[in-house]
Amino acid sequence: MAEDKKLFKGFSRRDLLKSLGGIPILGAVWFAGIDQNKKAKLERDFLLEKLNIKATPPPESGPMSGDPLRIGLIGFGIRGEQLMRSLGFATNEWLEEMASSAANNPNDKRLADFKSQESLNVKLSAICDIFDIRAEKALRSFNVNGNTCKRFDNYLELIHSGEVDAVIIATPDHWHAPMAKAAIEAGIHVYLEKPMTHTVQETYELREACRKNPKAVFAVGHQHRQTQSFLTAMDALAKNTLGHVSLIMTTTNRNDDNGAWQYEIHSEASPETIDWNAFLGTAPQVPFNTEHFFRWRKWWAYGSGLSGDLLTHDYDRINCILKMGIPKYVTASGGIYTHRDGRNVPDVMHVNMEFPEFTTGGTQREGKEKGMTLVYSATLGNQFERGTVLMGHDASMELGNTLTIYADPRSTKYKDLIQEGRIDPTVPIFQYDPSASGVDAVTSATAKYFADKGLLWTYRDGKRVDSTFLHIREWLSCIRNGGEPSCGVQEGFEEAIAAHMAGLSYKIGRKVEWDEEKEIIIALPGEDLDAILLDNDYGLPIQKA
Amino acid sequence: MNQNEKLSKVQTFALVILRLFVGWHFLYEGVIKLYSPSWSAKGYLLSATYMESFFSWLASESMISIVDTLNIAALLLIGAGLILGFKTRLASILGIGLLMMYYLAHPPFPGYPQGLTEGSYWIVNKNLIEAAALLVIFLFPTSTSFGLERLFAKKEIKPSTT
Repeated sequence: MAEDKKLFKGFSRRDLLKSLGGIPILGAVWFAGIDQNKKAKLERDFLLEKLNIKATPPPESGPMSGDPLRIGLIGFGIRGEQLMRSLGFATNEWLEEMASSAANNPNDKRLADFKSQESLNVKLSAICDIFDIRAEKALRSFNVNGNTCKRFDNYLELIHSGEVDAVIIATPDHWHAPMAKAAIEAGIHVYLEKPMTHTVQETYELREACRKNPKAVFAVGHQHRQTQSFLTAMDALAKNTLGHVSLIMTTTNRNDDNGAWQYEIHSEASPETIDWNAFLGTAPQVPFNTEHFFRWRKWWAYGSGLSGDLLTHDYDRINCILKMGIPKYVTASGGIYTHRDGRNVPDVMHVNMEFPEFTTGGTQREGKEKGMTLVYSATLGNQFERGTVLMGHDASMELGNTLTIYADPRSTKYKDLIQEGRIDPTVPIFQYDPSASGVDAVTSATAKYFADKGLLWTYRDGKRVDSTFLHIREWLSCIRNGGEPSCGVQEGFEEAIAAHMAGLSYKIGRKVEWDEEKEIIIALPGEDLDAILLDNDYGLPIQKA
Repeated sequence: MNQNEKLSKVQTFALVILRLFVGWHFLYEGVIKLYSPSWSAKGYLLSATYMESFFSWLASESMISIVDTLNIAALLLIGAGLILGFKTRLASILGIGLLMMYYLAHPPFPGYPQGLTEGSYWIVNKNLIEAAALLVIFLFPTSTSFGLERLFAKKEIKPSTT
């Protein structure tokens, strides 16, 4: 102590103050920081507790153990290649392209993601594609690492070969139901791309086939059912966060050739390399032409345009969350305004689906909680992102790969909190972004469109995962371990009927009605709805005028 | 260490104020980040508009947690050093380094995307100005006038005054 005193000799109180004066400042700043964080956290916790929305991931699908399943692929086009990568099989060409892309751009993780993807314990034992170049490309790439892949010229031969346990179907729409039905009836499991069917009649027939063969596991390829933000949205709706939802806005906004189905025409395509009759099937017998073969989505005879290709995504995203089923009425309009290239499916389309009896629950007096309209608004001439919004009396929800909820200024449920100033209607009351502060690189405008909709990937434990991989894995798990796929034949039935109603309303130009009891789309006497749906020249009122 | 002989009292006072304010700013940023467990520099680094490959390397899976921890630690230590008046020259140099990293990730160079800012900047922005302020603090140390270093300075001075 004596030493200490000596040490500080010559030290006035003023000196001490000047030496240690920083300490209280440091303490004050530190305390202010803690206090600020605490207040923000309290408000956050208060709201989260009040809303009680759970952002928990779904239980993982079961183990991929046992003997490898033998998979057959029908249709090795653009989607077929993507599905094969999700299954664990990439072409040599893709691997080379990704390797060079990753070398140029360290942010491009597509190759690394593919290589780190979990093995699904499957063999890709058979492939059927009626374009020789694509089939040969598949054989070159997939006969490696102990996998033997055999080509079949005909899908029926593949299904009945005894060499496959399950098939993945990624063909033009008009082949979806015939192929899926043949496989299901042969007891082969099916993963079918959307839309589930191309006609109304096929929709009943495929459902019937699935009901009669319950051992064959059937799944429709709506991979967004694996998207975590949608599962969180389901929980938010179950907690009645939004109140009575009277309007849902869904949109397609694309402005590029690929997005308008102007797919690349292969230089080696010819009547010698393509089995043209196999492509046409029951479609009108027209002479060979590559435009129809590669860009089939542009004609009602093979595809179904916006209503079949893109409305189905949006409808099923909402049906997955709300389970509202088939609309009572559908009204549609639109036209071919941008891509006047000989196509007969519209490139601008509005669809209004009415659900007069549907309710998401209410917070107002009884009688004010029923009825909902789902609007699907699409253009292939502009890509301003309009998003998806569920509009309820108490709150609005923006839905994509992220999820944002805003309280409505006139809400009944949040009235007091808004008055107290604890909720600001211009600031989200709930936001769910599984990627946190991460920024994802996307390659093209169309890819961005899909990514924003939660159709390309989702997140598990903050890690980006291909949602198609999760969806295929779920299907394989149901085959191996039992259980029902999240998008089975009933969900597919609802998706297909809703899409067909939209296509019909667009073509006929009137409100189309669903008879829930009889399970039929109401037709006028003598009206053949499927003939209208398939007819390449039916309608087109605006273009003809 | 004889800066007081050269500088008037008011000049020293102004320099101390500058040092305290810069330290205050660093410390508060550090404390807010320290107590926000979800905070990460990843978004800022990945959206860098200059020296992108270097910053995206910092943001990579293997680096980001180290970068975040170092950033918070640096903010706190620099802030505390400047406020307390302890190792202020080292704190100033570290602070300049840190600010230049922030500056270079999103520099207000002509023709570079500016993103969301609360003002308008051309080449010079607040990060650069704060770095310049730290240069002044580095060149005109005041911690023997106000700060812990006064304790040691007194000790050293003592023999010569007796």
